[in-house]
Amino acid sequence: MLSAQGFGGPGKMKEYHYAGAVENRFSPYAFNGGTVLAVAGEDFAIVASDTRLSEGYSIHSRDSPKCYKLTDTTVIGCSGFHGDCLTLTKIIDARLKMYKHSNNKTMTSGAIAAMLSTILYSRRFFPYYVYNIIGGLDEEGKGAVYSFDPVGSYQRDTYKAGGSASAMLQPLLDNQIGFKNMEGVQHLPLTQEKAVQLVKDVFISAAERDVYTGDALRVCVITKDGINEQTIPLRKD
Amino acid sequence: MLHSLNPHQQQNGGFSFENSRRNAVLESSLLEGAYKTPNPRKTGTTIAGMVYKDGVVLGADTRATDDMVVADKNCMKIHYIAPKIYCCGAGVAADAEMATQMMASNVELHMLNTGRPPLVAMVTRQLKQMLFRYQGHMGSSVIVGGVDVTGAHLYSVYPHGSYDKLPFLTMGSGAAAAVSVFEDRFKPNMELEEAKQLVRDAIAAGIFCDLGSGSNVDLCVITEAGVQFLRGYDKPTAKGQREGQYRYKPGTTAVLTKTETPLSLDVVDESVQLMDTE
Repeated sequence: MLSAQGFGGPGKMKEYHYAGAVENRFSPYAFNGGTVLAVAGEDFAIVASDTRLSEGYSIHSRDSPKCYKLTDTTVIGCSGFHGDCLTLTKIIDARLKMYKHSNNKTMTSGAIAAMLSTILYSRRFFPYYVYNIIGGLDEEGKGAVYSFDPVGSYQRDTYKAGGSASAMLQPLLDNQIGFKNMEGVQHLPLTQEKAVQLVKDVFISAAERDVYTGDALRVCVITKDGINEQTIPLRKD
Repeated sequence: MLHSLNPHQQQNGGFSFENSRRNAVLESSLLEGAYKTPNPRKTGTTIAGMVYKDGVVLGADTRATDDMVVADKNCMKIHYIAPKIYCCGAGVAADAEMATQMMASNVELHMLNTGRPPLVAMVTRQLKQMLFRYQGHMGSSVIVGGVDVTGAHLYSVYPHGSYDKLPFLTMGSGAAAAVSVFEDRFKPNMELEEAKQLVRDAIAAGIFCDLGSGSNVDLCVITEAGVQFLRGYDKPTAKGQREGQYRYKPGTTAVLTKTETPLSLDVVDESVQLMDTE
Protein backbone atom coordinates (compact mmCIF):
# COMPACT_ATOMS: atom_id res chain seq x y z
CA MET A 1 0.00 0.00 0.00
CA LEU A 2 1.49 3.34 -0.96
CA SER A 3 1.33 6.02 1.69
CA ALA A 4 -1.11 8.87 0.94
CA GLN A 5 1.56 11.22 2.31
CA GLY A 6 3.52 10.92 -0.90
CA PHE A 7 0.82 12.39 -3.12
CA GLY A 8 0.16 16.10 -3.61
CA GLY A 9 -2.83 15.41 -5.83
CA PRO A 10 -3.79 13.10 -8.72
CA GLY A 11 -0.75 12.33 -10.86
CA LYS A 12 1.59 14.54 -8.80
CA MET A 13 4.33 13.71 -6.26
CA LYS A 14 4.67 15.93 -3.23
CA GLU A 15 8.00 17.75 -2.83
CA TYR A 16 10.20 15.38 -0.89
CA HIS A 17 12.72 16.82 1.57
CA TYR A 18 15.00 14.17 2.95
CA ALA A 19 15.57 15.53 6.43
CA GLY A 20 12.32 17.42 6.92
CA ALA A 21 12.17 21.05 8.02
CA VAL A 22 15.27 22.03 10.00
CA GLU A 23 15.16 24.87 12.51
CA ASN A 24 18.47 26.60 13.01
CA ARG A 25 18.78 27.78 16.59
CA PHE A 26 21.64 29.34 18.48
CA SER A 27 23.04 26.82 20.95
CA PRO A 28 24.43 28.34 24.15
CA TYR A 29 26.72 25.33 24.62
CA ALA A 30 29.84 24.09 22.86
CA PHE A 31 31.77 20.92 23.48
CA ASN A 32 35.46 21.54 24.10
CA GLY A 33 36.55 17.99 24.80
CA GLY A 34 39.03 16.85 27.42
CA THR A 35 39.26 14.02 29.89
CA VAL A 36 39.75 14.14 33.66
CA LEU A 37 40.62 11.41 36.10
CA ALA A 38 40.92 11.23 39.87
CA VAL A 39 42.22 8.43 42.11
CA ALA A 40 42.14 8.29 45.92
CA GLY A 41 44.81 6.42 47.84
CA GLU A 42 45.46 5.74 51.50
CA ASP A 43 47.20 9.06 52.16
CA PHE A 44 47.22 10.73 48.75
CA ALA A 45 44.92 11.72 45.92
CA ILE A 46 45.69 12.22 42.23
CA VAL A 47 43.79 14.46 39.82
CA ALA A 48 44.90 14.26 36.18
CA SER A 49 43.64 15.77 32.95
CA ASP A 50 44.79 16.12 29.38
CA THR A 51 45.57 19.63 28.16
CA ARG A 52 43.88 19.73 24.74
CA LEU A 53 41.11 22.25 24.12
CA SER A 54 39.18 21.50 20.95
CA GLU A 55 35.99 22.42 19.14
CA GLY A 56 34.53 20.51 16.22
CA TYR A 57 37.49 19.16 14.29
CA SER A 58 39.88 21.97 15.34
CA ILE A 59 42.22 22.48 18.24
CA HIS A 60 42.01 25.75 20.16
CA SER A 61 44.94 25.08 22.46
CA ARG A 62 47.39 22.30 23.22
CA ASP A 63 48.13 23.70 26.69
CA SER A 64 44.85 24.18 28.53
CA PRO A 65 44.90 21.94 31.63
CA LYS A 66 41.60 21.09 33.23
CA CYS A 67 42.83 20.72 36.84
CA TYR A 68 42.22 23.77 39.03
CA LYS A 69 43.72 24.13 42.49
CA LEU A 70 41.10 25.10 45.05
CA THR A 71 42.88 24.72 48.41
CA ASP A 72 46.14 23.18 49.60
CA THR A 73 44.40 19.85 49.86
CA THR A 74 41.83 19.96 47.04
CA VAL A 75 42.01 20.02 43.25
CA ILE A 76 39.03 20.01 40.91
CA GLY A 77 39.02 18.68 37.36
CA CYS A 78 36.41 20.20 35.03
CA SER A 79 35.72 19.16 31.43
CA GLY A 80 32.93 19.84 28.98
CA PHE A 81 32.09 23.37 27.89
CA HIS A 82 35.13 25.52 28.64
CA GLY A 83 33.12 28.70 29.16
CA ASP A 84 31.13 27.07 31.94
CA CYS A 85 34.29 25.46 33.41
CA LEU A 86 35.91 28.90 33.80
CA THR A 87 32.81 30.53 35.29
CA LEU A 88 32.20 27.64 37.65
CA THR A 89 35.77 27.67 38.98
CA LYS A 90 35.56 31.44 39.48
CA ILE A 91 32.34 31.00 41.46
CA ILE A 92 33.87 28.22 43.57
CA ASP A 93 36.94 30.36 44.31
CA ALA A 94 34.72 33.24 45.40
CA ARG A 95 32.65 30.99 47.64
CA LEU A 96 35.83 29.54 49.19
CA LYS A 97 36.99 33.03 50.10
CA MET A 98 33.60 33.91 51.57
CA TYR A 99 33.63 30.77 53.70
CA LYS A 100 37.19 31.53 54.86
CA HIS A 101 36.21 35.02 55.91
CA SER A 102 33.02 34.02 57.75
CA ASN A 103 34.22 30.80 59.37
CA ASN A 104 37.92 31.49 59.78
CA LYS A 105 38.91 28.16 58.34
CA THR A 106 39.58 26.58 54.93
CA MET A 107 36.84 24.47 53.40
CA THR A 108 37.39 20.73 53.61
CA SER A 109 37.06 18.52 50.50
CA GLY A 110 33.76 17.12 51.67
CA ALA A 111 32.37 20.59 52.28
CA ILE A 112 33.49 21.79 48.85
CA ALA A 113 31.80 18.78 47.27
CA ALA A 114 28.54 19.43 49.08
CA MET A 115 28.69 23.10 48.13
CA LEU A 116 29.39 22.33 44.48
CA SER A 117 26.35 20.10 44.38
CA THR A 118 24.13 23.01 45.48
CA ILE A 119 25.79 25.41 43.03
CA LEU A 120 25.18 23.01 40.15
CA TYR A 121 21.59 22.27 41.15
CA SER A 122 20.78 25.97 41.41
CA ARG A 123 21.14 25.92 37.62
CA ARG A 124 18.99 22.83 37.19
CA PHE A 125 17.05 24.30 34.24
CA PHE A 126 19.99 25.82 32.37
CA PRO A 127 22.84 23.63 33.55
CA TYR A 128 26.55 24.22 33.66
CA TYR A 129 27.75 21.87 30.93
CA VAL A 130 30.66 20.65 33.04
CA TYR A 131 31.70 17.21 34.24
CA ASN A 132 33.41 17.74 37.59
CA ILE A 133 35.63 15.50 39.65
CA ILE A 134 37.07 16.73 42.96
CA GLY A 135 40.16 15.05 44.37
CA GLY A 136 41.70 15.80 47.73
CA LEU A 137 42.41 14.73 51.30
CA ASP A 138 39.60 14.43 53.82
CA GLU A 139 39.76 15.55 57.49
CA GLU A 140 41.52 12.32 58.48
CA GLY A 141 44.19 12.80 55.80
CA LYS A 142 42.89 9.94 53.63
CA GLY A 143 42.43 10.38 49.87
CA ALA A 144 38.95 11.38 48.70
CA VAL A 145 37.38 11.59 45.24
CA TYR A 146 33.96 13.11 44.58
CA SER A 147 32.41 12.79 41.13
CA PHE A 148 29.53 14.90 39.81
CA ASP A 149 27.09 15.01 36.96
CA PRO A 150 26.26 18.35 35.26
CA VAL A 151 23.30 19.04 37.58
CA GLY A 152 24.90 18.25 40.94
CA SER A 153 24.36 14.59 41.74
CA TYR A 154 27.53 13.41 43.47
CA GLN A 155 29.07 10.61 45.43
CA ARG A 156 32.38 9.75 47.00
CA ASP A 157 34.46 7.29 44.98
CA THR A 158 37.85 5.63 45.10
CA TYR A 159 38.51 6.44 41.44
CA LYS A 160 36.57 8.09 38.62
CA ALA A 161 37.09 9.16 35.03
CA GLY A 162 35.08 11.94 33.43
CA GLY A 163 34.96 13.77 30.10
CA SER A 164 35.24 12.58 26.52
CA ALA A 165 37.32 9.41 27.06
CA SER A 166 35.64 8.48 30.37
CA ALA A 167 33.93 5.42 28.86
CA MET A 168 37.34 4.13 27.73
CA LEU A 169 39.17 4.79 31.02
CA GLN A 170 36.57 3.78 33.60
CA PRO A 171 36.50 0.03 32.76
CA LEU A 172 40.31 -0.09 32.82
CA LEU A 173 40.37 1.53 36.25
CA ASP A 174 37.63 -0.85 37.45
CA ASN A 175 39.92 -3.69 36.50
CA GLN A 176 43.28 -2.34 37.70
CA ILE A 177 42.25 -0.50 40.88
CA GLY A 178 38.97 -2.20 41.74
CA PHE A 179 40.22 -5.67 40.71
CA LYS A 180 36.90 -6.30 38.99
CA ASN A 181 36.40 -9.27 36.66
CA MET A 182 39.57 -10.98 37.88
CA GLU A 183 40.02 -14.13 39.88
CA GLY A 184 42.88 -15.29 42.00
CA VAL A 185 44.62 -11.90 42.03
CA GLN A 186 46.12 -10.41 45.18
CA HIS A 187 44.29 -7.24 46.25
CA LEU A 188 47.36 -5.12 46.96
CA PRO A 189 46.69 -1.61 48.30
CA LEU A 190 47.45 1.09 45.72
CA THR A 191 50.79 2.87 46.28
CA GLN A 192 51.39 6.41 45.10
CA GLU A 193 54.02 5.36 42.51
CA LYS A 194 51.79 2.63 41.08
CA ALA A 195 48.84 5.03 40.92
CA VAL A 196 50.80 7.72 39.05
CA GLN A 197 52.16 5.10 36.63
CA LEU A 198 48.65 3.75 36.03
CA VAL A 199 47.25 7.23 35.40
CA LYS A 200 49.98 7.95 32.82
CA ASP A 201 49.43 4.61 31.08
CA VAL A 202 45.65 4.91 30.83
CA PHE A 203 45.94 8.37 29.29
CA ILE A 204 48.44 7.07 26.73
CA SER A 205 45.83 4.49 25.73
CA ALA A 206 42.99 7.01 25.73
CA ALA A 207 44.96 9.33 23.44
CA GLU A 208 45.27 6.50 20.91
CA ARG A 209 41.53 6.14 20.39
CA ASP A 210 39.81 9.35 21.49
CA VAL A 211 40.38 12.24 19.11
CA TYR A 212 39.63 14.83 21.82
CA THR A 213 42.34 13.53 24.19
CA GLY A 214 46.02 14.22 23.59
CA ASP A 215 48.83 16.80 23.48
CA ALA A 216 49.90 16.59 27.13
CA LEU A 217 48.88 15.17 30.49
CA ARG A 218 48.85 17.23 33.69
CA VAL A 219 49.04 15.13 36.87
CA CYS A 220 48.46 16.74 40.30
CA VAL A 221 49.45 14.57 43.27
CA ILE A 222 47.95 15.78 46.55
CA THR A 223 49.60 14.73 49.80
CA LYS A 224 49.87 16.27 53.26
CA ASP A 225 53.05 17.95 52.04
CA GLY A 226 51.23 19.84 49.33
CA ILE A 227 50.33 19.56 45.67
CA ASN A 228 52.94 18.28 43.21
CA GLU A 229 52.33 18.89 39.48
CA GLN A 230 53.85 16.97 36.56
CA THR A 231 53.34 17.38 32.81
CA ILE A 232 53.88 14.44 30.47
CA PRO A 233 53.64 14.68 26.65
CA LEU A 234 50.96 12.71 24.79
CA ARG A 235 50.20 12.14 21.10
CA LYS A 236 49.62 15.36 19.21
CA ASP A 237 47.60 14.03 16.26
CA MET B 1 9.84 6.12 -10.34
CA LEU B 2 8.40 5.76 -6.94
CA HIS B 3 4.72 6.08 -7.84
CA SER B 4 4.87 3.15 -10.22
CA LEU B 5 6.65 0.88 -7.76
CA ASN B 6 4.49 -1.84 -6.32
CA PRO B 7 5.49 -4.26 -3.56
CA HIS B 8 5.46 -7.21 -5.95
CA GLN B 9 8.11 -5.73 -8.27
CA GLN B 10 11.70 -6.91 -7.75
CA GLN B 11 14.27 -4.36 -6.64
CA ASN B 12 17.10 -4.20 -9.18
CA GLY B 13 19.96 -3.67 -6.77
CA GLY B 14 21.42 -0.25 -5.99
CA PHE B 15 20.10 1.73 -3.03
CA SER B 16 16.73 1.00 -1.49
CA PHE B 17 15.00 4.14 -0.28
CA GLU B 18 12.09 2.33 1.36
CA ASN B 19 12.93 3.58 4.82
CA SER B 20 13.76 7.18 3.90
CA ARG B 21 10.30 8.57 4.63
CA ARG B 22 10.03 6.65 7.87
CA ASN B 23 13.48 7.88 8.95
CA ALA B 24 12.60 11.48 8.09
CA VAL B 25 9.40 11.27 10.15
CA LEU B 26 11.25 9.67 13.08
CA GLU B 27 14.01 12.27 13.02
CA SER B 28 11.63 15.21 13.03
CA SER B 29 9.08 13.88 15.48
CA LEU B 30 11.55 12.45 17.99
CA LEU B 31 13.89 15.45 18.10
CA GLU B 32 13.13 15.96 21.81
CA GLY B 33 14.46 12.50 22.53
CA ALA B 34 17.59 13.42 20.55
CA TYR B 35 17.06 10.62 18.04
CA LYS B 36 19.99 10.29 15.70
CA THR B 37 20.31 8.00 12.71
CA PRO B 38 23.40 5.77 13.13
CA ASN B 39 26.37 7.36 11.43
CA PRO B 40 28.30 5.42 8.81
CA ARG B 41 32.04 5.33 9.48
CA LYS B 42 33.82 8.24 7.81
CA THR B 43 37.50 8.41 7.23
CA GLY B 44 37.67 12.04 8.56
CA THR B 45 40.74 12.48 6.51
CA THR B 46 43.48 14.53 5.04
CA ILE B 47 44.30 13.64 1.43
CA ALA B 48 46.45 15.66 -0.94
CA GLY B 49 47.99 15.46 -4.37
CA MET B 50 50.28 17.54 -6.54
CA VAL B 51 51.79 17.48 -9.99
CA TYR B 52 55.59 17.76 -10.07
CA LYS B 53 58.25 17.69 -12.79
CA ASP B 54 58.05 14.00 -13.69
CA GLY B 55 54.53 13.04 -12.58
CA VAL B 56 52.18 13.07 -9.64
CA VAL B 57 52.62 12.65 -5.87
CA LEU B 58 49.57 11.56 -3.85
CA GLY B 59 49.47 11.59 -0.05
CA ALA B 60 47.04 10.54 2.68
CA ASP B 61 46.89 10.11 6.46
CA THR B 62 45.89 6.74 7.95
CA ARG B 63 43.21 7.38 10.59
CA ALA B 64 39.61 6.16 10.23
CA THR B 65 37.09 7.54 12.75
CA ASP B 66 33.69 6.36 13.98
CA ASP B 67 32.23 9.72 15.06
CA MET B 68 35.01 10.91 17.35
CA VAL B 69 36.57 7.56 18.26
CA VAL B 70 39.47 6.18 16.22
CA ALA B 71 38.27 3.00 14.51
CA ASP B 72 41.42 2.19 12.53
CA LYS B 73 44.85 3.64 13.34
CA ASN B 74 46.47 2.50 10.11
CA CYS B 75 44.00 2.22 7.25
CA MET B 76 44.90 2.57 3.56
CA LYS B 77 43.35 5.51 1.78
CA ILE B 78 45.32 5.37 -1.46
CA HIS B 79 43.60 2.91 -3.78
CA TYR B 80 44.72 1.29 -7.01
CA ILE B 81 42.73 2.05 -10.14
CA ALA B 82 45.10 1.26 -13.00
CA PRO B 83 48.85 0.50 -13.22
CA LYS B 84 49.67 4.23 -13.32
CA ILE B 85 46.49 5.73 -11.88
CA TYR B 86 45.84 5.84 -8.13
CA CYS B 87 43.09 7.43 -6.13
CA CYS B 88 42.86 8.83 -2.57
CA GLY B 89 39.45 8.56 -0.91
CA ALA B 90 37.86 10.67 1.83
CA GLY B 91 34.35 10.79 3.27
CA VAL B 92 32.35 7.63 3.97
CA ALA B 93 34.90 4.80 4.04
CA ALA B 94 32.66 2.15 2.45
CA ASP B 95 31.57 4.48 -0.35
CA ALA B 96 35.15 5.46 -1.19
CA GLU B 97 36.22 1.81 -1.19
CA MET B 98 33.33 0.65 -3.39
CA ALA B 99 33.59 3.56 -5.82
CA THR B 100 37.31 3.01 -6.38
CA GLN B 101 36.91 -0.74 -6.78
CA MET B 102 34.15 -0.13 -9.33
CA MET B 103 36.46 2.25 -11.21
CA ALA B 104 39.32 -0.25 -11.16
CA SER B 105 37.18 -2.96 -12.71
CA ASN B 106 35.64 -0.58 -15.28
CA VAL B 107 39.11 0.60 -16.29
CA GLU B 108 40.26 -2.99 -16.78
CA LEU B 109 37.27 -3.70 -19.05
CA HIS B 110 37.79 -0.44 -20.92
CA MET B 111 41.44 -1.31 -21.52
CA LEU B 112 40.46 -4.68 -22.96
CA ASN B 113 37.70 -3.12 -25.04
CA THR B 114 39.77 -0.34 -26.57
CA GLY B 115 43.20 -1.96 -26.46
CA ARG B 116 44.60 1.29 -25.03
CA PRO B 117 46.06 2.19 -21.62
CA PRO B 118 43.58 4.28 -19.61
CA LEU B 119 43.54 8.06 -19.37
CA VAL B 120 43.14 9.80 -16.00
CA ALA B 121 40.37 11.88 -17.61
CA MET B 122 38.46 8.70 -18.40
CA VAL B 123 38.60 7.52 -14.78
CA THR B 124 37.44 10.95 -13.60
CA ARG B 125 34.56 11.02 -16.05
CA GLN B 126 33.31 7.57 -15.04
CA LEU B 127 33.67 8.43 -11.36
CA LYS B 128 31.80 11.70 -11.63
CA GLN B 129 29.02 10.15 -13.70
CA MET B 130 28.58 7.42 -11.10
CA LEU B 131 28.61 9.83 -8.14
CA PHE B 132 26.17 12.19 -9.87
CA ARG B 133 23.84 9.28 -10.56
CA TYR B 134 23.72 8.65 -6.79
CA GLN B 135 22.92 12.33 -6.16
CA GLY B 136 25.41 12.70 -3.31
CA HIS B 137 24.15 9.67 -1.37
CA MET B 138 27.52 8.06 -2.04
CA GLY B 139 29.48 10.26 0.33
CA SER B 140 32.97 9.86 -1.06
CA SER B 141 35.32 12.67 -2.10
CA VAL B 142 38.26 11.46 -4.13
CA ILE B 143 41.51 12.77 -5.57
CA VAL B 144 42.45 10.91 -8.77
CA GLY B 145 46.02 11.22 -9.96
CA GLY B 146 48.12 9.45 -12.52
CA VAL B 147 50.24 9.45 -15.63
CA ASP B 148 48.90 8.52 -19.06
CA VAL B 149 49.95 9.01 -22.69
CA THR B 150 49.01 12.70 -22.52
CA GLY B 151 51.05 13.38 -19.37
CA ALA B 152 50.56 13.71 -15.61
CA HIS B 153 47.12 14.79 -14.39
CA LEU B 154 45.38 15.42 -11.07
CA TYR B 155 41.61 15.66 -10.53
CA SER B 156 39.38 15.94 -7.48
CA VAL B 157 35.79 14.67 -7.54
CA TYR B 158 33.16 15.65 -4.96
CA PRO B 159 30.29 13.45 -3.68
CA HIS B 160 27.67 15.16 -5.83
CA GLY B 161 29.72 14.68 -8.96
CA SER B 162 31.56 17.95 -9.59
CA TYR B 163 35.26 17.85 -10.38
CA ASP B 164 38.30 20.13 -10.53
CA LYS B 165 41.51 19.79 -12.46
CA LEU B 166 44.37 21.57 -10.71
CA PRO B 167 48.14 21.34 -10.08
CA PHE B 168 47.58 20.65 -6.36
CA LEU B 169 44.51 19.54 -4.43
CA THR B 170 43.48 18.61 -0.90
CA MET B 171 40.29 17.03 0.45
CA GLY B 172 38.79 15.68 3.64
CA SER B 173 38.31 17.26 7.06
CA GLY B 174 41.99 18.26 7.13
CA ALA B 175 41.89 19.87 3.68
CA ALA B 176 42.17 23.41 5.04
CA ALA B 177 45.29 22.58 7.07
CA ALA B 178 46.93 20.80 4.11
CA VAL B 179 46.09 23.37 1.45
CA SER B 180 47.66 26.12 3.56
CA VAL B 181 51.01 24.32 3.27
CA PHE B 182 50.58 23.95 -0.50
CA GLU B 183 49.62 27.60 -0.92
CA ASP B 184 52.79 28.58 0.90
CA ARG B 185 55.37 26.41 -0.83
CA PHE B 186 54.02 25.00 -4.08
CA LYS B 187 55.89 25.79 -7.31
CA PRO B 188 55.31 24.27 -10.75
CA ASN B 189 57.80 21.60 -11.90
CA MET B 190 59.29 20.80 -8.51
CA GLU B 191 61.93 18.10 -8.06
CA LEU B 192 60.94 14.68 -6.68
CA GLU B 193 62.41 14.99 -3.19
CA GLU B 194 61.07 18.50 -2.73
CA ALA B 195 57.63 17.39 -3.92
CA LYS B 196 57.59 14.38 -1.57
CA GLN B 197 58.61 16.61 1.34
CA LEU B 198 55.88 19.14 0.48
CA VAL B 199 53.12 16.53 0.31
CA ARG B 200 54.42 14.95 3.51
CA ASP B 201 54.30 18.36 5.22
CA ALA B 202 50.79 19.04 3.95
CA ILE B 203 49.51 15.73 5.30
CA ALA B 204 51.38 16.28 8.57
CA ALA B 205 49.61 19.64 8.95
CA GLY B 206 46.31 17.76 8.65
CA ILE B 207 47.47 15.09 11.09
CA PHE B 208 48.38 17.61 13.80
CA CYS B 209 45.80 20.32 13.27
CA ASP B 210 42.73 18.24 12.38
CA LEU B 211 41.17 15.90 14.92
CA GLY B 212 39.73 13.67 12.18
CA SER B 213 43.19 12.86 10.77
CA GLY B 214 46.15 11.20 12.40
CA SER B 215 48.75 8.45 12.62
CA ASN B 216 51.04 8.05 9.57
CA VAL B 217 51.64 9.59 6.14
CA ASP B 218 51.27 7.35 3.08
CA LEU B 219 52.67 8.57 -0.23
CA CYS B 220 52.30 7.37 -3.78
CA VAL B 221 54.66 8.64 -6.49
CA ILE B 222 53.49 8.02 -10.05
CA THR B 223 55.74 8.66 -13.03
CA GLU B 224 56.06 7.52 -16.64
CA ALA B 225 58.44 4.82 -15.45
CA GLY B 226 56.10 3.36 -12.85
CA VAL B 227 54.64 3.69 -9.37
CA GLN B 228 56.33 3.89 -5.99
CA PHE B 229 53.83 3.16 -3.23
CA LEU B 230 55.36 4.39 0.04
CA ARG B 231 53.13 2.95 2.76
CA GLY B 232 54.08 4.49 6.10
CA TYR B 233 56.46 6.98 4.44
CA ASP B 234 56.53 9.07 7.60
CA LYS B 235 55.37 8.37 11.14
CA PRO B 236 55.34 11.79 12.84
CA THR B 237 53.43 10.48 15.87
CA ALA B 238 54.24 7.59 18.11
CA LYS B 239 52.33 5.75 20.81
CA GLY B 240 53.61 6.69 24.27
CA GLN B 241 55.65 4.13 26.19
CA ARG B 242 53.57 2.51 28.92
CA GLU B 243 55.45 1.89 32.15
CA GLY B 244 53.26 -0.78 33.71
CA GLN B 245 52.74 -4.42 32.75
CA TYR B 246 49.19 -5.35 31.82
CA ARG B 247 49.40 -9.04 31.06
CA TYR B 248 47.11 -11.43 32.91
CA LYS B 249 48.11 -14.85 34.23
CA PRO B 250 46.13 -17.77 32.81
CA GLY B 251 43.18 -18.40 35.09
CA THR B 252 42.46 -14.73 35.83
CA THR B 253 39.19 -14.90 33.92
CA ALA B 254 36.65 -16.97 35.85
CA VAL B 255 35.66 -20.15 34.04
CA LEU B 256 32.02 -20.92 34.84
CA THR B 257 31.43 -24.07 32.80
CA LYS B 258 33.60 -26.13 30.48
CA THR B 259 32.43 -28.46 27.73
CA GLU B 260 34.96 -30.40 25.66
CA THR B 261 33.96 -31.82 22.29
CA PRO B 262 36.69 -33.85 20.61
CA LEU B 263 36.91 -33.41 16.82
CA SER B 264 38.87 -35.93 14.81
CA LEU B 265 40.63 -33.76 12.22
CA ASP B 266 43.86 -34.04 10.25
CA VAL B 267 46.10 -31.02 9.86
CA VAL B 268 46.37 -30.48 6.10
CA ASP B 269 47.88 -26.98 5.93
CA GLU B 270 49.21 -24.48 8.46
CA SER B 271 49.69 -20.78 7.89
CA VAL B 272 50.49 -17.93 10.27
CA GLN B 273 49.11 -14.43 9.70
CA LEU B 274 50.52 -11.64 11.84
CA MET B 275 48.07 -9.15 13.33
CA ASP B 276 48.76 -5.45 12.97
CA THR B 277 48.59 -4.62 16.67
CA GLU B 278 50.43 -1.32 16.91
